[in-house]
Amino acid sequence: MHTTLAFLSIFEGYTGEEVRSIFVMQSFSGLSLFAVFLLMALGLAIIFGQMKVINMAHGEFLTIGAYTTVFMSDLVEKSVPSALPWYFPVAVVAAFFVAGAVGFVVEVGMIRFLYKRPLDTLLATFGLSMILQQVFRLIFGAREDSAVMPDWLMGSWALTEITEIPINGMFLLGTAIGVTGLVYLLMYRSRWGLRVRATVQNREMAGAVGINTKMTDRWTFALGCGIAGVAGAVFTTIGSVSPSAGQLYIVDTFLVVVFGGAGSLIGTIASAFAIAQSQSILEFFLDGVLAKVFILLTIVGILMIRPQGLVVSKIRR
Amino acid sequence: MLNVNNLKVAYGESTVISDLSFDVKKGETVAIMGRNGMGKTTLMKSIIGVLKSRSGTITVDGTEVAGADSHRRVASGIAFVPQGRQVFSTLSVEENIRAGQETVKDRRKVPDNIYALFPVLHEMRRRKAGNLSGGQQQQLAIARALVSQPKVLLLDEPTEGIQPSIIKDIAKTLNEIKKVYDLSIVVSEQVLSFTLDIADRLYVIESGRLIHEDDRASVDEAKIAKYLSV
Repeated sequence: MHTTLAFLSIFEGYTGEEVRSIFVMQSFSGLSLFAVFLLMALGLAIIFGQMKVINMAHGEFLTIGAYTTVFMSDLVEKSVPSALPWYFPVAVVAAFFVAGAVGFVVEVGMIRFLYKRPLDTLLATFGLSMILQQVFRLIFGAREDSAVMPDWLMGSWALTEITEIPINGMFLLGTAIGVTGLVYLLMYRSRWGLRVRATVQNREMAGAVGINTKMTDRWTFALGCGIAGVAGAVFTTIGSVSPSAGQLYIVDTFLVVVFGGAGSLIGTIASAFAIAQSQSILEFFLDGVLAKVFILLTIVGILMIRPQGLVVSKIRR
Repeated sequence: MLNVNNLKVAYGESTVISDLSFDVKKGETVAIMGRNGMGKTTLMKSIIGVLKSRSGTITVDGTEVAGADSHRRVASGIAFVPQGRQVFSTLSVEENIRAGQETVKDRRKVPDNIYALFPVLHEMRRRKAGNLSGGQQQQLAIARALVSQPKVLLLDEPTEGIQPSIIKDIAKTLNEIKKVYDLSIVVSEQVLSFTLDIADRLYVIESGRLIHEDDRASVDEAKIAKYLSV
């Protein structure tokens, strides 16, 4: 009771209507955060959940996507400025392919030697993350860069007099929902998804029914990285890019995947939503660090009771 | 159709199969009989390529496959029904069958003759494979292998953990499959009655070597039974 009262005291000094509008606006900013978390976590859920690879460089694939967007924005601004209003969707697709291609190369050159050795992958990808950050620094410089945003992505939509919804946040959310839908279709309605699910469940047997499990791994890793690239591209609508931008999100992303239950699409979505919303709303009233501590403690508590995460598939094995 | 020559398989330092040779003609069913731990499963796994052999050759219809990854062996015409079924339990029945179509050209749908052969799988096609009974899972594992249109079908102890009444059904199904698909079968077994229902020829395996061969027509049941008893 005492703690509840203490908790409620953070609302002191706001009128009821202000509190409501704060909640609405913070929820919407939470939705933007949810979108970034979801896009990042989808890629990681595929890579970690399906392949059991702990990819510490996942954040850097976000950065690759973001820099691809910045690069395209610069290119279009210099060569065909008239295309500026429409380059962005193209940049999102390009970010997917660039990050995916780098992921493919990383799988061939490094990851495939480390399957079944999760701790070694952790170390190796941590090293890769530092190398990639340095490469970004060499190519793009250490200062922050940003992409030119088309006008249609700027500004906000006034819901009431004191509640405004930013358009870039809505775009972010739309992209996240779209990509999640596509991933769902790929995983559950395509031959590729069937290969992935069979391989995850029983690698030996998947090979013995004719599935090329090595190629399945390669494309799965590339797809996960490509999705992180999309996250990076849409990330440029809410922030600027620096060589270490991906680092900001990697811990949260792992948190989302583990809390949601590795390998579960629904769990990942629910977990990304819960974490993003709590963070966004708590952040307003407490400060950022306290909000994070509070969320971390809650998740640790829940995982102690339910170590398998929010969602697990129930099946006789 | 299948030719295994001087096969050697080892786990680290310990040799499990040494200098093992046998062949299976087109349309023939060969049984490999032996007690637990004699190398039956190791032999099956090394033919499909889940285990890599140390030396020797394995050819399917003239194609050398020893050393190839298992998915390539499936493409060459071998299909595998493993011990304990090993269906993909979180996938639906239909998805399990479709997973087996990986190496064939037309994989838009499950062939009608598969559901004709296993009507229960059609009934349960949307269920998760993990929720099927042992006998139903065995049918699924056989269906999953058949859709790859194999020339040689390997079955590793298909009767293990299956009720005696269902064992008869499995023998009947396998005989029907032989008639319809005209394929060669290699089956590893411990149950002699089941083996005599389906096999044309049988071998006894002991400590990784084939020590006895018999035709069904002239089989000395007492002798085989002695090899199988502990």
